[in-house]
Amino acid sequence: MTTHQDPAVRETPGPYPGAPAAVAPQGGPADAGRHAGLAPAADWTAGVDTVQRAVDSPEELQPYAELGLRDDEYDRIRHILGRRPTQAELAMYSIMWSEHCSYKSSKVHLRQFGEKAPPSDRLLAGIGENAGVVRVSDELAVTFKVESHNHPSFVEPYQGAATGVGGIVRDILAMGARPIAVMDPLRFGAADHPDTARVLPGVVAGVGGYGNCLGLPNIGGELVFDPCYQGNPLLNALCLGVLPVDRLQKKDATGPGNIVVLLGAKTGRDGIGGVSVLASATFDEGSEQRRPSVQVGDPFTEKLLIEACLELYDAQLVVGIQDLGGAGLTCALTETAASAGTGMRVWLERVPLREPSMEPHEILASESQERMLLVVTPEKLDAVLKTAEKWGVLATAIGEVTAPSADGQPGRLLVTWRDHVVVDVPPGSLVDDGPVYARPMREPADLILLQADRAETLPRPTNPEALRETVLRMIASPNLADKTWVTEQYDRYVLGNTVLAQPEDSGVIRIDERTGLGVALSVDGNGRYARLDPYNGTKLALAEAYRNVAVTGAKPIAVTNCLNFGSPEDPGVMWQFAEAVRGLADGCLELGIPVTGGNVSFYNQTGAAAIHPTPVVGVLGVLDDVADRVPMGFVPRGGGEHDQIFLLGDTHVELSGSEWAWVAHEHLGGMPPQVDLGRERQLAELMAEAARVGHLSSAHDLSDGGLAQSLIESCLRRRVGARIGVPERFADGSLPFVFLFSESAGRVLVSVQRGHEKAFTALCAERGVPWELIGMTDPASAALEVHGQFRIGLDELHAAHSATLPRLFGGPEAARVEVEATRTGTTTVAPATAARPVDVPTTGPAEAADAPVAEAVAVVPPAAGVPVEETDPTTTEPAAETATDAVPAADEATGAAAGVPATEQEPTTEASADVTASDAPAAETVPGDDEQSSAPDKR
Amino acid sequence: MTARVGVVTFPGSLDDGDAARAVRIAGADPVRLWHGDPELHGVDAVVLPGGFSYGDYLRCGAIARFAPVMETIVDAARGGLPVLGICNGFQILCEAHLLPGALTRNQHLHFRNRDQVLRVESVGTAWTNAFQAGQEILIPVKNGEGCYVADTATLDELEAEGRVVARYVGGNPNGSQRDIAAITNSAGNVVGIMPHPEHAVEALTGPSLDGLGFFTSVLKHLVGTPA
Repeated sequence: MTTHQDPAVRETPGPYPGAPAAVAPQGGPADAGRHAGLAPAADWTAGVDTVQRAVDSPEELQPYAELGLRDDEYDRIRHILGRRPTQAELAMYSIMWSEHCSYKSSKVHLRQFGEKAPPSDRLLAGIGENAGVVRVSDELAVTFKVESHNHPSFVEPYQGAATGVGGIVRDILAMGARPIAVMDPLRFGAADHPDTARVLPGVVAGVGGYGNCLGLPNIGGELVFDPCYQGNPLLNALCLGVLPVDRLQKKDATGPGNIVVLLGAKTGRDGIGGVSVLASATFDEGSEQRRPSVQVGDPFTEKLLIEACLELYDAQLVVGIQDLGGAGLTCALTETAASAGTGMRVWLERVPLREPSMEPHEILASESQERMLLVVTPEKLDAVLKTAEKWGVLATAIGEVTAPSADGQPGRLLVTWRDHVVVDVPPGSLVDDGPVYARPMREPADLILLQADRAETLPRPTNPEALRETVLRMIASPNLADKTWVTEQYDRYVLGNTVLAQPEDSGVIRIDERTGLGVALSVDGNGRYARLDPYNGTKLALAEAYRNVAVTGAKPIAVTNCLNFGSPEDPGVMWQFAEAVRGLADGCLELGIPVTGGNVSFYNQTGAAAIHPTPVVGVLGVLDDVADRVPMGFVPRGGGEHDQIFLLGDTHVELSGSEWAWVAHEHLGGMPPQVDLGRERQLAELMAEAARVGHLSSAHDLSDGGLAQSLIESCLRRRVGARIGVPERFADGSLPFVFLFSESAGRVLVSVQRGHEKAFTALCAERGVPWELIGMTDPASAALEVHGQFRIGLDELHAAHSATLPRLFGGPEAARVEVEATRTGTTTVAPATAARPVDVPTTGPAEAADAPVAEAVAVVPPAAGVPVEETDPTTTEPAAETATDAVPAADEATGAAAGVPATEQEPTTEASADVTASDAPAAETVPGDDEQSSAPDKR
Repeated sequence: MTARVGVVTFPGSLDDGDAARAVRIAGADPVRLWHGDPELHGVDAVVLPGGFSYGDYLRCGAIARFAPVMETIVDAARGGLPVLGICNGFQILCEAHLLPGALTRNQHLHFRNRDQVLRVESVGTAWTNAFQAGQEILIPVKNGEGCYVADTATLDELEAEGRVVARYVGGNPNGSQRDIAAITNSAGNVVGIMPHPEHAVEALTGPSLDGLGFFTSVLKHLVGTPA
């Protein structure tokens, strides 16, 4: 469309045009002539595309394909409207029906979160709201959610990450909560790839820049490097909020005659098409050109918005509220109206603009940040405007709620631009009636070979020297190294309620100073496990987050998730997605905690190379008194005192998908560790009880890097040494290595003060959790000693552990270079080293059957209180696993896929390792219907 | 009569609630002051808390200096009112010329949050009389623009007059000249400190309780000062 030559000479919008009733007679979509009096087509043939003009020019070609709509989707819009859409309407449908907003590929699977949800009397708001809300006491509730901002963070790392934080914070705010903490699960390509040196510092600075300025402590997250994320880094952001239970807000635009108020920043041209252009397509060569699609953040305005909204809530001035995020005003207007069944009349020229030349479709599609949409009663409008003024935030009445039509049909969204109708749509058609696809799914053809290529067959260290070297190498590897270089760019103290923060297993936040009530939060994911087995890999992510919460002593009560996957048009990716959702839904049912909300991010793929399926799971727990929380570090004690160190859970020979297999052999293959959620539940109950009665000095989850990693982290946290004995059944050959580096799930490392050990081990026995005394802390030694294997000073461990990230991304030396570059105006030199190929490692043919592995594994507790040197493990059970397990397991996985609903199951024998999006069979379209729109699947 | 300590809230203040909590734990009554209100409501001392007063997209504290409440505070400070500026508050005090020098971007260009050892060198101020000279304390530092700079003459003068209140020990987190973490005016009633004593007042949430000394100091000072 043409733009106006000189915006300055356009007519000034009048105060309030005529009453909605007069300008918007209700009628069916085919009643096209009803706007004739408003917008004479002749005046606007070269200007704004009005509804009248759309009626008069049915054959005008429209760029729907460029906007990401398919032929059949465009036809459906024409059918809904009974005419071609106007330019503004086309923009609205294209963004609301994009994958990002409509969940059109994921809906049919996500339904399971509702269907399999365990009953919970804590849930005040669940899936379908901006964020789930969980009651934690009679007076207080918390809300939390994790969301992705992956593509923007690749295109423009700082702003992409900053606005990712800003977006999730507004979701939390919209529920009536004060945001009180953030977390940031981050994933990047190879640590030493030059592009990682471009993306990571920007992302970290963006997360910090926005969160620090908002005054939200960053209490945890993840930092993972893997070549599969090269070109598709993942920025997931989680926000936690707290609210009095009676302050819960709704988004419904109820009450015809109520005023629609836009609060916050002016609307600009930033972020137009963010959801359809960035979030719903695969990257290609031109991705750098998409920078204008990324929004720009202004955290100070968001801070004002938070304070203003909270004051409005407390004064009970708001009927309904919705944040403006992806799809901007379009999404907020249609969702608020659709959820109430009402209509809305909006005068678009009243929207305060950064650029006066913006056209209606741009205003409706803009993703300018720091905006909220309020619905308020007319008599409270003045009070609302006054509160906004106090905080220096713009507030503008842009429209009003209109009644549903007399025949019981929902109302219509009518948008005018200087008295000309540019949008006239049923709001529900954008929100609920979007396309739903049951996309074809097929287990990736390479999966069986991948699963058969087990890491248990790889050469392992077999002598003390090699083991010592492995320990030092592992703790210095990018995924296991100290993350301080990143986390010290985040404020973790602000608000004064941070009880635990990274590198602890969970962030713990006090939410009631009077009672000490608090919550614990952890986010975890493991793309390698999910690549090997998306169903169990997702359960493992859930189990780890759950365990991380449990080790602090908190009781896990709710789950959020961010599902990061490749293109849904690739049947292999779609199969991974379906398996992951099924795994998470089943896992939550087994653990008895509901999914309260989440987010799906598809198209994390460059060309045919998708990322590993990466479900990131967040678990929230509650602590009745945060003073009971158990930290991860061994406790320094004077006077020769020391604590006893126990390992809880069973250690199997599980090295496939492990950090060691990757670091030592660049190997990915086999089956991920077994997951037993019943055991995780027992463990969590044990930890909560042990924390409450004060048995535990420290507790630390075992996950990536196994026991060695947890031991070293617990030692270095407060600089306390330890002496460990390798149990007898792990004494020979490579078994000490297995003891230290296996990644078996369901394990926790705890230290227990003298005098508590008998009661603690009795509690373990009562709860059915295997335990084993493996050593003692040694505050005097300043070293970690593994008896008969190695002794490494804490200084040496710390040096190895903490040097990696500063070396890669800017230590003192790199900082000097940066300062110099800033002074002289030269470009900062990225401190990256060699490039590495981007592709996912291929796996060789299966040799698993030859594996000489048949080692032993069950743990039988020795008598309590036995000093470690005298530990006498009594029995060694027969081999718990053999190499041949892998193939039947793969068969099971294949068979399981057949049970997934709505699939077009393809033969798994067909070679599809290099299936690309264009090879994918066309998806079957399932038109939206009442059942779907009422199902709790829209997240 | 409990002392009343004002805590100013600018629209972008972040640690105002924490400063008020610290005042309360120290045994005084926190009184919230609003940036747009020049009235000090009879407070006996004032804390300018950390944060981003007006967004600080310009120079930190450059706008806050002109806030209505600041005009009153500047006058009162010249008359002896104890004023503690923490982080952003320190920046504002420098912009308002109650303290010399300026705080610039950290030398390494990153925001940095860590538990920091300080050595308290001047214990004659209204805010540090509860410490002993040379005492080492552990409190959090967290800032992006905490690099203290001044011309050599000013630095020499600060040193000569014993107005360097605290220095960084065991590593300088932001490149501040002469490791300066906190300074005072010549009267000793106005103190600016970059690290955050209000985040070290509770065992549960801070690395130590060392921060409490700043708030108990002012109470001691007020008892010894005729109203």
